[in-house]
Amino acid sequence: MAEQDNVAPQEQAAPKPPWEEKPVPPEPRDAREHEQVREVAAVLPDVVLEAVEFAGQVTLTVPCERIVDVCRACKDGLGYKFLVDLTAVDWQERPEGRFDVVYWMHRFTDSKRLRLKARVADGVEVRSVTGVWKVANWMEREAFDMFGIYFADHPNLERILTWEGFNGHPLRKDFPIEGVDTGAAIYPDVYPPGGGPVAGGEGES
Amino acid sequence: MSTLQATRPFPDSEEMEISFGPQHPATHGVLRVMVKLDGERIIDAKPIIGYLHRGTEKIFERETYNGTIPHTDRMDYTAAATNNQALVGAVEKMMGVTVPPRAAYIRMVLAELQRIASHIIWLGTHALDIGAQTPFFYTFQEREIILDLYEEYCGARLTLNCMRVGGQPFNLPEGWTDRCRAFVDQLPARIAEWERLLTNNRIWKLRTIGVGVISAANAVEWGLTGPPLRGSGVKWDIRKVFPYDRYDEVDFEIPIGANGDTYDRYLVRMEEMRQSVRIVQQCLAKLPDGPVMAKVPKVIKPPKGEIYFSVEGPKGELGFYVVSDGSTNPYRLRVRPACFINLQVLPELVRGHLVADMIAVIGTLDIVLGEIDR
Repeated sequence: MAEQDNVAPQEQAAPKPPWEEKPVPPEPRDAREHEQVREVAAVLPDVVLEAVEFAGQVTLTVPCERIVDVCRACKDGLGYKFLVDLTAVDWQERPEGRFDVVYWMHRFTDSKRLRLKARVADGVEVRSVTGVWKVANWMEREAFDMFGIYFADHPNLERILTWEGFNGHPLRKDFPIEGVDTGAAIYPDVYPPGGGPVAGGEGES
Repeated sequence: MSTLQATRPFPDSEEMEISFGPQHPATHGVLRVMVKLDGERIIDAKPIIGYLHRGTEKIFERETYNGTIPHTDRMDYTAAATNNQALVGAVEKMMGVTVPPRAAYIRMVLAELQRIASHIIWLGTHALDIGAQTPFFYTFQEREIILDLYEEYCGARLTLNCMRVGGQPFNLPEGWTDRCRAFVDQLPARIAEWERLLTNNRIWKLRTIGVGVISAANAVEWGLTGPPLRGSGVKWDIRKVFPYDRYDEVDFEIPIGANGDTYDRYLVRMEEMRQSVRIVQQCLAKLPDGPVMAKVPKVIKPPKGEIYFSVEGPKGELGFYVVSDGSTNPYRLRVRPACFINLQVLPELVRGHLVADMIAVIGTLDIVLGEIDR
Protein backbone atom coordinates (compact mmCIF):
# COMPACT_ATOMS: atom_id res chain seq x y z
CA MET A 1 0.00 0.00 0.00
CA ALA A 2 2.77 2.35 1.00
CA GLU A 3 4.60 1.59 -2.25
CA GLN A 4 1.57 2.48 -4.31
CA ASP A 5 1.34 5.79 -2.52
CA ASN A 6 4.92 6.48 -3.48
CA VAL A 7 4.31 5.65 -7.12
CA ALA A 8 1.26 7.82 -7.68
CA PRO A 9 2.83 11.25 -7.00
CA GLN A 10 5.70 10.47 -9.36
CA GLU A 11 3.27 9.89 -12.22
CA GLN A 12 1.63 13.18 -11.48
CA ALA A 13 4.97 14.95 -11.33
CA ALA A 14 5.60 14.31 -15.01
CA PRO A 15 2.46 15.41 -16.86
CA LYS A 16 2.16 14.44 -20.47
CA PRO A 17 3.07 17.09 -22.99
CA PRO A 18 0.03 18.62 -24.71
CA TRP A 19 0.63 16.80 -27.98
CA GLU A 20 0.20 13.44 -26.28
CA GLU A 21 -3.05 14.45 -24.61
CA LYS A 22 -6.40 14.18 -26.28
CA PRO A 23 -6.98 17.59 -27.91
CA VAL A 24 -9.51 19.82 -26.18
CA PRO A 25 -11.44 21.85 -28.75
CA PRO A 26 -12.29 25.45 -27.93
CA GLU A 27 -15.79 26.29 -26.72
CA PRO A 28 -17.88 29.14 -28.10
CA ARG A 29 -18.58 31.79 -25.48
CA ASP A 30 -20.94 34.71 -25.33
CA ALA A 31 -18.85 37.81 -25.94
CA ARG A 32 -21.22 40.67 -25.20
CA GLU A 33 -18.90 41.75 -22.42
CA HIS A 34 -15.79 41.42 -24.55
CA GLU A 35 -13.74 44.57 -24.86
CA GLN A 36 -13.94 44.71 -28.66
CA VAL A 37 -17.72 44.26 -28.62
CA ARG A 38 -18.17 46.93 -25.96
CA GLU A 39 -16.22 49.36 -28.11
CA VAL A 40 -18.64 48.85 -30.98
CA ALA A 41 -21.65 49.01 -28.67
CA ALA A 42 -20.40 52.28 -27.24
CA VAL A 43 -20.49 53.87 -30.69
CA LEU A 44 -23.56 52.15 -32.08
CA PRO A 45 -25.56 50.75 -29.16
CA ASP A 46 -28.33 49.06 -31.12
CA VAL A 47 -26.39 47.05 -33.68
CA VAL A 48 -25.13 44.12 -31.63
CA LEU A 49 -27.53 41.27 -32.29
CA GLU A 50 -25.22 38.51 -31.19
CA ALA A 51 -21.62 38.26 -30.08
CA VAL A 52 -19.64 35.06 -29.88
CA GLU A 53 -16.04 34.37 -29.02
CA PHE A 54 -14.53 31.18 -30.39
CA ALA A 55 -10.85 30.32 -30.07
CA GLY A 56 -10.00 33.92 -29.29
CA GLN A 57 -11.83 35.33 -32.32
CA VAL A 58 -14.79 37.62 -31.79
CA THR A 59 -17.76 37.45 -34.13
CA LEU A 60 -20.37 40.14 -34.07
CA THR A 61 -23.71 39.72 -35.82
CA VAL A 62 -25.17 43.02 -36.94
CA PRO A 63 -28.34 43.94 -38.85
CA CYS A 64 -27.80 43.69 -42.58
CA GLU A 65 -29.21 47.15 -43.33
CA ARG A 66 -26.77 48.79 -40.89
CA ILE A 67 -23.64 47.13 -42.23
CA VAL A 68 -22.15 50.20 -43.91
CA ASP A 69 -22.68 52.31 -40.76
CA VAL A 70 -21.01 49.68 -38.63
CA CYS A 71 -18.10 49.27 -41.03
CA ARG A 72 -17.56 53.00 -41.28
CA ALA A 73 -17.65 53.36 -37.50
CA CYS A 74 -15.20 50.49 -37.16
CA LYS A 75 -12.82 51.96 -39.69
CA ASP A 76 -12.94 55.64 -38.83
CA GLY A 77 -13.75 55.52 -35.14
CA LEU A 78 -12.25 52.29 -33.90
CA GLY A 79 -9.25 52.07 -36.18
CA TYR A 80 -9.98 48.89 -38.11
CA LYS A 81 -8.21 50.25 -41.16
CA PHE A 82 -7.56 46.96 -42.86
CA LEU A 83 -10.23 44.70 -44.31
CA VAL A 84 -8.59 41.31 -44.36
CA ASP A 85 -11.36 39.31 -45.93
CA LEU A 86 -14.93 39.48 -47.07
CA THR A 87 -16.83 36.37 -47.93
CA ALA A 88 -20.16 34.64 -47.55
CA VAL A 89 -21.51 31.37 -46.19
CA ASP A 90 -24.62 29.66 -47.45
CA TRP A 91 -26.98 28.25 -44.79
CA GLN A 92 -29.56 26.95 -47.19
CA GLU A 93 -32.39 26.12 -44.81
CA ARG A 94 -31.95 28.86 -42.22
CA PRO A 95 -35.21 30.78 -41.69
CA GLU A 96 -33.69 34.11 -40.60
CA GLY A 97 -31.80 34.63 -43.85
CA ARG A 98 -29.99 32.24 -46.11
CA PHE A 99 -26.55 33.86 -46.28
CA ASP A 100 -24.00 35.18 -43.86
CA VAL A 101 -21.85 37.93 -45.32
CA VAL A 102 -18.68 37.86 -43.29
CA TYR A 103 -16.31 40.81 -42.82
CA TRP A 104 -12.97 40.22 -41.14
CA MET A 105 -10.98 43.29 -40.27
CA HIS A 106 -7.74 44.18 -38.60
CA ARG A 107 -6.51 46.99 -36.42
CA PHE A 108 -2.83 47.83 -36.58
CA THR A 109 -2.48 49.67 -33.28
CA ASP A 110 -3.00 46.63 -31.07
CA SER A 111 -3.22 43.83 -33.67
CA LYS A 112 -6.82 42.96 -32.87
CA ARG A 113 -9.18 41.42 -35.35
CA LEU A 114 -12.94 41.53 -35.43
CA ARG A 115 -15.43 39.61 -37.50
CA LEU A 116 -18.73 41.13 -38.54
CA LYS A 117 -21.56 39.08 -39.86
CA ALA A 118 -24.74 40.12 -41.58
CA ARG A 119 -27.56 37.73 -42.29
CA VAL A 120 -29.10 38.17 -45.70
CA ALA A 121 -32.09 36.49 -47.26
CA ASP A 122 -31.82 35.24 -50.83
CA GLY A 123 -32.47 38.05 -53.30
CA VAL A 124 -32.08 40.83 -50.74
CA GLU A 125 -29.45 43.46 -51.49
CA VAL A 126 -26.64 44.23 -49.10
CA ARG A 127 -25.11 47.66 -49.24
CA SER A 128 -21.59 47.60 -50.56
CA VAL A 129 -18.66 48.59 -48.35
CA THR A 130 -16.45 49.56 -51.30
CA GLY A 131 -16.91 53.16 -50.15
CA VAL A 132 -15.33 52.23 -46.83
CA TRP A 133 -12.50 49.98 -47.96
CA LYS A 134 -11.44 49.98 -51.61
CA VAL A 135 -10.24 46.40 -51.27
CA ALA A 136 -13.83 45.21 -50.86
CA ASN A 137 -14.42 45.67 -54.58
CA TRP A 138 -13.17 42.32 -55.85
CA MET A 139 -14.17 40.49 -52.70
CA GLU A 140 -17.77 41.56 -53.14
CA ARG A 141 -17.62 40.67 -56.81
CA GLU A 142 -16.45 37.22 -55.83
CA ALA A 143 -19.22 36.84 -53.24
CA PHE A 144 -21.71 37.92 -55.91
CA ASP A 145 -20.28 35.51 -58.44
CA MET A 146 -20.11 32.56 -56.09
CA PHE A 147 -23.30 33.11 -54.04
CA GLY A 148 -25.49 35.50 -56.01
CA ILE A 149 -25.59 38.09 -53.27
CA TYR A 150 -26.28 41.53 -54.71
CA PHE A 151 -24.32 44.45 -53.33
CA ALA A 152 -26.07 47.78 -53.78
CA ASP A 153 -23.92 50.79 -54.71
CA HIS A 154 -21.10 48.59 -55.93
CA PRO A 155 -19.27 50.40 -58.75
CA ASN A 156 -18.81 47.35 -60.95
CA LEU A 157 -20.74 44.31 -59.79
CA GLU A 158 -19.76 41.78 -62.44
CA ARG A 159 -18.86 38.15 -62.27
CA ILE A 160 -15.18 37.72 -61.62
CA LEU A 161 -14.14 34.06 -61.62
CA THR A 162 -16.81 32.69 -63.90
CA TRP A 163 -17.97 34.51 -67.01
CA GLU A 164 -20.95 36.60 -68.01
CA GLY A 165 -23.78 34.29 -68.86
CA PHE A 166 -22.74 31.55 -66.50
CA ASN A 167 -25.80 29.95 -65.07
CA GLY A 168 -25.94 29.71 -61.32
CA HIS A 169 -23.69 30.53 -58.42
CA PRO A 170 -21.25 27.71 -57.76
CA LEU A 171 -20.77 27.95 -54.01
CA ARG A 172 -24.46 27.79 -53.21
CA LYS A 173 -25.21 24.51 -51.55
CA ASP A 174 -27.80 23.60 -54.16
CA PHE A 175 -25.35 23.99 -57.06
CA PRO A 176 -24.38 20.48 -58.20
CA ILE A 177 -20.80 19.61 -57.45
CA GLU A 178 -20.36 18.03 -60.89
CA GLY A 179 -21.20 21.41 -62.43
CA VAL A 180 -23.65 22.43 -65.10
CA ASP A 181 -23.44 22.43 -68.87
CA THR A 182 -21.98 25.79 -69.61
CA GLY A 183 -22.58 26.22 -73.32
CA ALA A 184 -24.82 29.23 -72.78
CA ALA A 185 -22.58 32.03 -73.94
CA ILE A 186 -21.20 30.00 -76.82
CA TYR A 187 -24.57 28.94 -78.29
CA PRO A 188 -26.90 31.90 -77.90
CA ASP A 189 -29.22 30.44 -80.53
CA VAL A 190 -29.72 27.27 -78.51
CA TYR A 191 -30.04 28.80 -75.06
CA PRO A 192 -32.16 31.87 -74.27
CA PRO A 193 -30.25 35.12 -73.76
CA GLY A 194 -28.94 35.50 -70.24
CA GLY A 195 -30.35 32.12 -69.28
CA GLY A 196 -28.04 29.34 -70.21
CA PRO A 197 -28.60 25.72 -69.31
CA VAL A 198 -30.50 25.33 -66.08
CA ALA A 199 -28.76 23.50 -63.26
CA GLY A 200 -29.75 19.85 -63.34
CA GLY A 201 -31.72 20.28 -66.58
CA GLU A 202 -31.54 18.23 -69.75
CA GLY A 203 -29.51 20.74 -71.73
CA GLU A 204 -31.15 21.86 -74.96
CA SER A 205 -34.65 23.14 -74.57
CA MET B 1 -15.15 56.78 -78.12
CA SER B 2 -15.37 57.90 -81.74
CA THR B 3 -16.14 61.47 -80.70
CA LEU B 4 -13.10 61.39 -78.49
CA GLN B 5 -10.95 60.34 -81.44
CA ALA B 6 -12.35 63.08 -83.60
CA THR B 7 -11.40 65.80 -81.15
CA ARG B 8 -7.83 64.62 -80.76
CA PRO B 9 -5.32 66.99 -82.28
CA PHE B 10 -3.00 64.28 -83.51
CA PRO B 11 -4.55 61.55 -85.57
CA ASP B 12 -1.72 59.13 -84.81
CA SER B 13 -2.31 59.16 -81.03
CA GLU B 14 -5.69 57.52 -81.02
CA GLU B 15 -7.00 55.58 -78.08
CA MET B 16 -6.72 51.85 -78.47
CA GLU B 17 -8.04 48.98 -76.45
CA ILE B 18 -5.79 45.96 -76.45
CA SER B 19 -6.25 42.56 -74.88
CA PHE B 20 -3.04 41.70 -73.11
CA GLY B 21 -2.98 37.98 -72.52
CA PRO B 22 -4.27 35.52 -71.50
CA GLN B 23 -1.54 33.54 -73.20
CA HIS B 24 1.30 35.99 -72.97
CA PRO B 25 4.26 34.50 -71.09
CA ALA B 26 4.96 37.73 -69.25
CA THR B 27 1.63 37.53 -67.48
CA HIS B 28 2.77 34.53 -65.42
CA GLY B 29 -0.01 32.20 -66.39
CA VAL B 30 -3.39 33.07 -67.75
CA LEU B 31 -3.91 36.64 -66.70
CA ARG B 32 -5.68 38.84 -69.21
CA VAL B 33 -5.56 42.60 -68.95
CA MET B 34 -7.69 44.84 -71.13
CA VAL B 35 -5.54 47.91 -71.50
CA LYS B 36 -6.71 51.21 -72.88
CA LEU B 37 -3.79 52.93 -74.53
CA ASP B 38 -2.95 56.34 -75.76
CA GLY B 39 -0.01 55.54 -77.96
CA GLU B 40 2.11 53.51 -75.59
CA ARG B 41 0.80 55.13 -72.43
CA ILE B 42 -1.75 53.28 -70.35
CA ILE B 43 -4.97 55.18 -69.69
CA ASP B 44 -6.67 52.34 -67.90
CA ALA B 45 -6.23 48.64 -67.29
CA LYS B 46 -8.75 46.03 -66.32
CA PRO B 47 -7.56 42.62 -65.18
CA ILE B 48 -9.77 39.76 -66.31
CA ILE B 49 -9.26 36.58 -64.35
CA GLY B 50 -10.90 33.23 -63.90
CA TYR B 51 -9.29 31.25 -66.71
CA LEU B 52 -7.86 28.82 -64.17
CA HIS B 53 -10.94 28.58 -61.98
CA ARG B 54 -11.38 25.02 -60.81
CA GLY B 55 -13.88 25.52 -58.03
CA THR B 56 -11.40 24.59 -55.32
CA GLU B 57 -13.59 25.98 -52.56
CA LYS B 58 -16.47 23.85 -53.80
CA ILE B 59 -14.26 20.77 -53.94
CA PHE B 60 -13.12 21.44 -50.36
CA GLU B 61 -16.68 20.98 -49.17
CA ARG B 62 -16.84 17.35 -50.21
CA GLU B 63 -13.38 16.39 -49.00
CA THR B 64 -12.36 15.35 -45.53
CA TYR B 65 -10.07 17.79 -43.75
CA ASN B 66 -6.90 15.88 -44.57
CA GLY B 67 -8.24 15.34 -48.07
CA THR B 68 -8.29 19.06 -48.72
CA ILE B 69 -4.54 19.39 -48.28
CA PRO B 70 -3.57 18.18 -51.79
CA HIS B 71 -6.00 20.71 -53.26
CA THR B 72 -4.24 23.55 -51.47
CA ASP B 73 -1.00 22.49 -53.19
CA ARG B 74 -2.57 23.39 -56.47
CA MET B 75 -3.57 26.91 -55.54
CA ASP B 76 -0.27 28.70 -55.29
CA TYR B 77 1.74 25.98 -56.93
CA THR B 78 5.03 27.75 -56.33
CA ALA B 79 4.47 27.69 -52.59
CA ALA B 80 2.70 24.47 -51.68
CA ALA B 81 4.29 24.16 -48.23
CA THR B 82 2.92 27.46 -46.93
CA ASN B 83 -0.51 26.61 -48.32
CA ASN B 84 -0.43 23.34 -46.40
CA GLN B 85 0.77 25.16 -43.32
CA ALA B 86 -2.14 27.59 -43.39
CA LEU B 87 -4.75 24.90 -43.81
CA VAL B 88 -3.49 22.49 -41.18
CA GLY B 89 -2.92 25.42 -38.82
CA ALA B 90 -6.56 26.43 -39.18
CA VAL B 91 -7.88 22.95 -38.49
CA GLU B 92 -5.49 22.45 -35.58
CA LYS B 93 -6.54 25.70 -33.99
CA MET B 94 -10.13 24.67 -34.35
CA MET B 95 -9.54 21.30 -32.71
CA GLY B 96 -7.22 22.60 -30.03
CA VAL B 97 -4.33 20.42 -31.18
CA THR B 98 -0.82 21.29 -30.07
CA VAL B 99 1.79 20.26 -32.60
CA PRO B 100 4.92 18.56 -31.21
CA PRO B 101 7.90 20.92 -31.25
CA ARG B 102 9.87 18.83 -33.71
CA ALA B 103 6.99 18.91 -36.19
CA ALA B 104 6.62 22.67 -35.77
CA TYR B 105 10.31 23.16 -36.48
CA ILE B 106 10.20 20.91 -39.54
CA ARG B 107 7.24 22.94 -40.78
CA MET B 108 9.15 26.15 -40.37
CA VAL B 109 12.12 24.75 -42.27
CA LEU B 110 9.87 23.58 -45.11
CA ALA B 111 7.96 26.87 -45.18
CA GLU B 112 11.05 29.04 -45.25
CA LEU B 113 12.67 26.91 -47.95
CA GLN B 114 9.43 27.37 -49.85
CA ARG B 115 9.61 31.12 -49.39
CA ILE B 116 13.11 31.09 -50.83
CA ALA B 117 12.00 28.90 -53.73
CA SER B 118 9.04 31.14 -54.46
CA HIS B 119 11.14 34.28 -54.35
CA ILE B 120 13.65 32.58 -56.62
CA ILE B 121 10.98 32.01 -59.25
CA TRP B 122 9.84 35.58 -58.81
CA LEU B 123 13.35 36.94 -59.21
CA GLY B 124 14.19 34.84 -62.25
CA THR B 125 10.99 35.51 -64.13
CA HIS B 126 10.67 39.15 -63.08
CA ALA B 127 14.18 39.88 -64.30
CA LEU B 128 13.52 37.88 -67.45
CA ASP B 129 10.38 39.91 -68.17
CA ILE B 130 12.25 43.15 -67.82
CA GLY B 131 14.99 41.92 -70.10
CA ALA B 132 17.70 40.53 -67.86
CA GLN B 133 17.98 36.96 -68.98
CA THR B 134 21.00 35.82 -67.00
CA PRO B 135 19.56 35.80 -63.43
CA PHE B 136 16.99 33.24 -64.53
CA PHE B 137 19.67 30.59 -65.11
CA TYR B 138 21.50 31.33 -61.88
CA THR B 139 18.42 31.38 -59.69
CA PHE B 140 16.89 28.20 -61.03
CA GLN B 141 20.03 26.24 -60.14
CA GLU B 142 19.39 26.95 -56.48
CA ARG B 143 15.69 26.25 -56.76
CA GLU B 144 16.56 22.82 -58.09
CA ILE B 145 18.38 21.99 -54.86
CA ILE B 146 15.38 23.05 -52.79
CA LEU B 147 13.11 20.87 -54.90
CA ASP B 148 15.53 17.97 -54.41
CA LEU B 149 15.33 18.48 -50.66
CA TYR B 150 11.54 18.38 -50.87
CA GLU B 151 11.64 15.30 -53.03
CA GLU B 152 13.78 13.56 -50.49
CA TYR B 153 11.47 14.55 -47.66
CA CYS B 154 8.03 13.81 -49.10
CA GLY B 155 8.53 12.41 -52.59
CA ALA B 156 7.06 15.39 -54.41
CA ARG B 157 8.74 18.45 -55.81
CA LEU B 158 5.91 20.87 -56.43
CA THR B 159 2.63 19.59 -55.07
CA LEU B 160 4.12 18.63 -51.76
CA ASN B 161 1.19 17.58 -49.57
CA CYS B 162 3.79 17.57 -46.81
CA MET B 163 1.78 18.41 -43.69
CA ARG B 164 -1.09 16.79 -41.83
CA VAL B 165 -3.49 17.89 -39.18
CA GLY B 166 -1.61 17.24 -35.95
CA GLY B 167 1.95 17.27 -37.24
CA GLN B 168 4.15 15.98 -39.97
CA PRO B 169 3.55 12.77 -41.92
CA PHE B 170 7.23 11.78 -41.93
CA ASN B 171 10.32 12.33 -39.91
CA LEU B 172 13.31 13.85 -41.64
CA PRO B 173 15.36 11.33 -43.64
CA GLU B 174 18.88 10.40 -42.57
CA GLY B 175 21.32 13.15 -43.44
CA TRP B 176 18.63 15.58 -44.63
CA THR B 177 19.48 18.25 -42.09
CA ASP B 178 23.13 18.19 -43.16
CA ARG B 179 22.24 18.63 -46.80
CA CYS B 180 19.76 21.34 -45.97
CA ARG B 181 22.32 23.14 -43.80
CA ALA B 182 24.94 22.89 -46.54
CA PHE B 183 22.45 24.46 -48.95
CA VAL B 184 21.36 27.36 -46.77
CA ASP B 185 24.92 28.08 -45.65
CA GLN B 186 26.05 28.71 -49.22
CA LEU B 187 22.88 30.56 -50.25
CA PRO B 188 23.79 34.06 -49.00
CA ALA B 189 26.78 34.00 -51.34
CA ARG B 190 24.45 33.10 -54.21
CA ILE B 191 22.02 35.86 -53.26
CA ALA B 192 24.91 38.31 -53.28
CA GLU B 193 25.78 37.01 -56.74
CA TRP B 194 22.25 37.70 -58.01
CA GLU B 195 22.30 41.10 -56.41
CA ARG B 196 25.55 41.91 -58.19
CA LEU B 197 23.72 41.31 -61.45
CA LEU B 198 20.84 43.60 -60.62
CA THR B 199 20.97 45.91 -57.62
CA ASN B 200 23.32 48.45 -59.11
CA ASN B 201 22.56 47.60 -62.70
CA ARG B 202 21.70 50.80 -64.48
CA ILE B 203 19.07 49.28 -66.77
CA TRP B 204 17.44 47.49 -63.87
CA LYS B 205 17.25 50.70 -61.88
CA LEU B 206 15.82 52.64 -64.81
CA ARG B 207 13.16 50.03 -65.29
CA THR B 208 12.16 49.67 -61.65
CA ILE B 209 12.74 52.88 -59.69
CA GLY B 210 9.61 55.00 -59.61
CA VAL B 211 7.54 52.36 -61.40
CA GLY B 212 4.32 51.20 -59.79
CA VAL B 213 4.52 53.44 -56.75
CA ILE B 214 1.99 53.00 -53.97
CA SER B 215 1.95 54.87 -50.68
CA ALA B 216 1.65 53.10 -47.34
CA ALA B 217 -1.85 54.46 -46.67
CA ASN B 218 -3.02 53.41 -50.10
CA ALA B 219 -1.47 49.98 -49.75
CA VAL B 220 -3.46 49.41 -46.57
CA GLU B 221 -6.61 50.75 -48.20
CA TRP B 222 -6.17 48.32 -51.07
CA GLY B 223 -5.53 45.43 -48.71
CA LEU B 224 -2.05 44.63 -49.91
CA THR B 225 -0.08 42.15 -47.86
CA GLY B 226 3.35 40.63 -48.07
CA PRO B 227 6.23 42.29 -49.92
CA PRO B 228 3.99 44.81 -51.74
CA LEU B 229 2.83 46.16 -48.38
CA ARG B 230 6.28 46.07 -46.82
CA GLY B 231 7.80 47.70 -49.87
CA SER B 232 5.68 50.74 -49.04
CA GLY B 233 7.17 50.90 -45.58
CA VAL B 234 4.56 49.13 -43.45
CA LYS B 235 6.34 46.83 -41.02
CA TRP B 236 3.84 44.05 -40.89
CA ASP B 237 4.39 40.32 -41.01
CA ILE B 238 2.02 37.63 -39.75
CA ARG B 239 5.00 35.69 -38.42
CA LYS B 240 5.62 38.53 -35.98
CA VAL B 241 2.08 39.80 -35.41
CA PHE B 242 0.38 36.44 -34.84
CA PRO B 243 3.26 33.97 -34.47
CA TYR B 244 2.27 30.47 -35.47
CA ASP B 245 4.26 27.24 -35.15
CA ARG B 246 7.40 28.35 -33.28
CA TYR B 247 8.17 31.62 -35.03
CA ASP B 248 8.33 33.36 -31.66
CA GLU B 249 11.39 31.28 -30.81
CA VAL B 250 13.52 32.33 -33.77
CA ASP B 251 15.13 35.63 -34.46
CA PHE B 252 14.57 37.47 -37.73
CA GLU B 253 13.98 40.93 -39.11
CA ILE B 254 11.17 42.28 -41.25
CA PRO B 255 12.71 44.20 -44.13
CA ILE B 256 10.76 47.21 -45.33
CA GLY B 257 11.12 49.61 -48.23
CA ALA B 258 10.74 53.36 -48.29
CA ASN B 259 9.31 54.45 -51.63
CA GLY B 260 6.85 51.67 -52.43
CA ASP B 261 8.12 51.22 -55.96
CA THR B 262 9.18 48.16 -57.89
CA TYR B 263 12.79 48.58 -56.88
CA ASP B 264 11.96 48.66 -53.17
CA ARG B 265 9.82 45.57 -53.45
CA TYR B 266 12.76 43.90 -55.14
CA LEU B 267 15.06 44.85 -52.27
CA VAL B 268 12.51 43.66 -49.71
CA ARG B 269 12.24 40.24 -51.29
CA MET B 270 16.01 39.88 -51.59
CA GLU B 271 16.37 40.64 -47.90
CA GLU B 272 13.51 38.29 -47.06
CA MET B 273 15.47 35.46 -48.63
CA ARG B 274 18.40 36.21 -46.34
CA GLN B 275 16.09 36.30 -43.34
CA SER B 276 14.61 32.97 -44.38
CA VAL B 277 18.12 31.56 -44.49
CA ARG B 278 18.62 32.80 -40.94
CA ILE B 279 15.39 31.17 -39.81
CA VAL B 280 16.28 27.84 -41.42
CA GLN B 281 19.74 27.90 -39.83
CA GLN B 282 18.27 28.58 -36.40
CA CYS B 283 15.62 25.90 -36.83
CA LEU B 284 18.19 23.30 -37.84
CA ALA B 285 20.37 24.23 -34.89
CA LYS B 286 17.49 24.04 -32.43
CA LEU B 287 15.65 21.10 -34.01
CA PRO B 288 14.32 19.15 -31.04
CA ASP B 289 13.93 15.38 -30.83
CA GLY B 290 10.68 13.65 -30.24
CA PRO B 291 7.54 12.68 -32.10
CA VAL B 292 6.41 14.49 -35.24
CA MET B 293 2.74 13.72 -34.88
CA ALA B 294 0.42 14.74 -32.08
CA LYS B 295 -2.23 12.44 -30.73
CA VAL B 296 -5.16 13.31 -32.94
CA PRO B 297 -8.24 11.22 -33.61
CA LYS B 298 -8.18 9.09 -36.75
CA VAL B 299 -11.24 10.91 -38.02
CA ILE B 300 -10.71 14.66 -38.02
CA LYS B 301 -13.91 16.22 -36.73
CA PRO B 302 -13.59 19.81 -35.56
CA PRO B 303 -16.38 21.17 -33.38
CA LYS B 304 -19.08 23.48 -34.65
CA GLY B 305 -17.70 26.94 -35.14
CA GLU B 306 -15.71 29.15 -37.40
CA ILE B 307 -12.12 30.17 -37.47
CA TYR B 308 -9.76 32.24 -39.53
CA PHE B 309 -6.11 31.35 -39.52
CA SER B 310 -3.45 32.89 -41.66
CA VAL B 311 0.24 32.50 -42.35
CA GLU B 312 2.72 34.77 -44.00
CA GLY B 313 3.01 33.18 -47.40
CA PRO B 314 5.67 34.26 -49.88
CA LYS B 315 3.06 36.37 -51.68
CA GLY B 316 1.33 37.83 -48.66
CA GLU B 317 -1.18 36.88 -46.03
CA LEU B 318 -2.67 33.54 -46.93
CA GLY B 319 -5.64 32.75 -44.74
CA PHE B 320 -8.20 30.01 -44.40
CA TYR B 321 -11.63 30.69 -43.04
CA VAL B 322 -13.06 27.38 -41.89
CA VAL B 323 -16.71 26.97 -41.01
CA SER B 324 -17.44 23.63 -39.47
CA ASP B 325 -20.83 22.09 -38.79
CA GLY B 326 -19.25 19.38 -36.66
CA SER B 327 -19.00 16.81 -39.43
CA THR B 328 -15.95 15.32 -41.12
CA ASN B 329 -16.13 17.71 -44.07
CA PRO B 330 -15.74 21.48 -43.92
CA TYR B 331 -19.07 23.23 -44.33
CA ARG B 332 -17.31 26.14 -45.94
CA LEU B 333 -13.60 26.60 -46.50
CA ARG B 334 -12.76 30.01 -47.78
CA VAL B 335 -9.29 30.90 -48.93
CA ARG B 336 -8.11 34.44 -48.38
CA PRO B 337 -5.88 34.57 -51.42
CA ALA B 338 -3.01 37.01 -51.19
CA CYS B 339 -2.44 37.19 -54.95
CA PHE B 340 -6.09 37.84 -55.78
CA ILE B 341 -6.20 40.83 -53.50
CA ASN B 342 -2.76 42.10 -54.47
CA LEU B 343 -3.66 41.94 -58.16
CA GLN B 344 -6.67 44.19 -57.64
CA VAL B 345 -4.40 47.18 -57.28
CA LEU B 346 -2.81 46.70 -60.73
CA PRO B 347 -4.84 49.44 -62.53
CA GLU B 348 -3.83 51.92 -59.84
CA LEU B 349 -0.18 51.09 -60.26
CA VAL B 350 0.03 51.18 -64.05
CA ARG B 351 -2.13 54.17 -64.92
CA GLY B 352 0.02 56.66 -66.80
CA HIS B 353 2.91 54.27 -67.28
CA LEU B 354 4.11 52.62 -70.47
CA VAL B 355 3.04 49.15 -71.52
CA ALA B 356 6.50 47.82 -70.78
CA ASP B 357 6.17 49.10 -67.21
CA MET B 358 3.05 47.05 -66.75
CA ILE B 359 5.18 43.96 -67.30
CA ALA B 360 7.42 45.15 -64.48
CA VAL B 361 4.43 45.80 -62.22
CA ILE B 362 2.86 42.41 -62.88
CA GLY B 363 6.21 40.88 -62.06
CA THR B 364 6.64 42.86 -58.88
CA LEU B 365 3.21 41.92 -57.55
CA ASP B 366 4.39 38.30 -57.83
CA ILE B 367 1.06 36.77 -58.73
CA VAL B 368 0.26 33.14 -59.30
CA LEU B 369 -2.93 32.58 -61.21
CA GLY B 370 -3.54 29.24 -59.57
CA GLU B 371 -4.24 31.06 -56.34
CA ILE B 372 -6.10 33.98 -57.89
CA ASP B 373 -8.58 31.81 -59.74
CA ARG B 374 -8.63 28.81 -57.40
